[in-house]
Amino acid sequence: MSVHEQFADDLALYALGALEGGERARLEEHLEECSACRREMETLRGDSALLALSTAGPKPPARARQRLLEAAARERRDIAKVRPAHPWWLPLPWLAAGALALLVVVLSVQNSGLRQQVASLQRDSARYQIELQQAREIVSTLTASDAMQVTLVAAKTPPQPQGKAMYVRDRSSLIFLASNMPQVPPEKTYELWLIPMSGAPIPAGLFKPDAHGSATVINPPLPPNVEAKAFAITVEPEAGSTTPTMPIVMVGAGE
Amino acid sequence: MSSVESKGIPADLTLVSAMRAGNEDALAQLYDRYSPVVYSVALRVLGDTGKAEDVLQEVFMQLWRNPEVFDSSRGNLGAWLAVIARNRAIDMLRKRRPETDIEDVVVSVERDLAGEADRMRIMEKVRGLLGTMPSLQRSALEMAYFEGLSHSEISAKTGEPLGTIKTRIRTGLLALRKAFET
Repeated sequence: MSVHEQFADDLALYALGALEGGERARLEEHLEECSACRREMETLRGDSALLALSTAGPKPPARARQRLLEAAARERRDIAKVRPAHPWWLPLPWLAAGALALLVVVLSVQNSGLRQQVASLQRDSARYQIELQQAREIVSTLTASDAMQVTLVAAKTPPQPQGKAMYVRDRSSLIFLASNMPQVPPEKTYELWLIPMSGAPIPAGLFKPDAHGSATVINPPLPPNVEAKAFAITVEPEAGSTTPTMPIVMVGAGE
Repeated sequence: MSSVESKGIPADLTLVSAMRAGNEDALAQLYDRYSPVVYSVALRVLGDTGKAEDVLQEVFMQLWRNPEVFDSSRGNLGAWLAVIARNRAIDMLRKRRPETDIEDVVVSVERDLAGEADRMRIMEKVRGLLGTMPSLQRSALEMAYFEGLSHSEISAKTGEPLGTIKTRIRTGLLALRKAFET
């Protein structure tokens, strides 16, 4: 790449610091964007250094060397005074770097653990979603007001009131379905009772049958882990009772 | 390994690196190597030993305080110091603040100046060439370089056209370059 001819003479003057005014400003602007001219100017400056070398001859006095080395040593001592050899903050970058490295390792391990947890939770969540959907479908069918509810009995037998309790002791979960239930008088309600293996009957929910005599009780509040011997139904005041009021209108023991 | 290191002389950059670590002996070695060049050019410009010593001190202290300013991209250390010393001496002569930041000075010289024999050979050759140069050309070059005159000042002093002065200075520098290309 060649230099721009219109700047050729000015480059030499500029290298010597002999270019002034507008010409200097124009050349500097050009040098900003022209690497070929910039290189040529640096080479011309190198050529001019040969002129400096041509002057070599007189040696500086010995005291100049001494003066320089003393000044250098003095400045070094001054700097050392200003800056302690081992300032308190010197290890900070290393400590910070070490702490960061440790943090990276810890976070990496944590991250890996969290990823596994997330994956596990995602698997659980997907499973629960499916189970929940199935449960919703079951409950929705059982409790739908427009569901056709049919109780099959022996032929030519008039429909009888029926109750079916499904109880899971470990989860204290109870679903009760009733059909063909006679209506209760106003201000009265049916109350379901869990009859434990020992102890008093435990209230297991209130219900009133609908127009078709159907009713459901789903997961009433129950004490944990009670083994059921039987379930019973009584008619109680509308607010319910803590002990069954005789007579028991329906009863059934577990199979 | 550079040619000077192969001769058992530490390379300039090796000494500059040592200076970065605060090695005063490296400064002393560089001083011994280049102080005659720095001092001579300052003395030639200023014509005063005391002022030349001040320039000498200032140039090496700048290098000592801030050795980072010089790396291989700046060119040859000897030539770089010579240019810095000449510029500083001209500033002092013209009683002006330093015009050029040393961090901006790049000097492109391929020749090795670390060995004293190399420097002496170059000095002899440049002196010989200047001796054969047309006197008007030589004086234009020297007025610009050692007196720090601008081309218009040289033109006013010599009564020659500006363009002629410009061309003389350029061809003078190119003649120096050419002498070392062969």
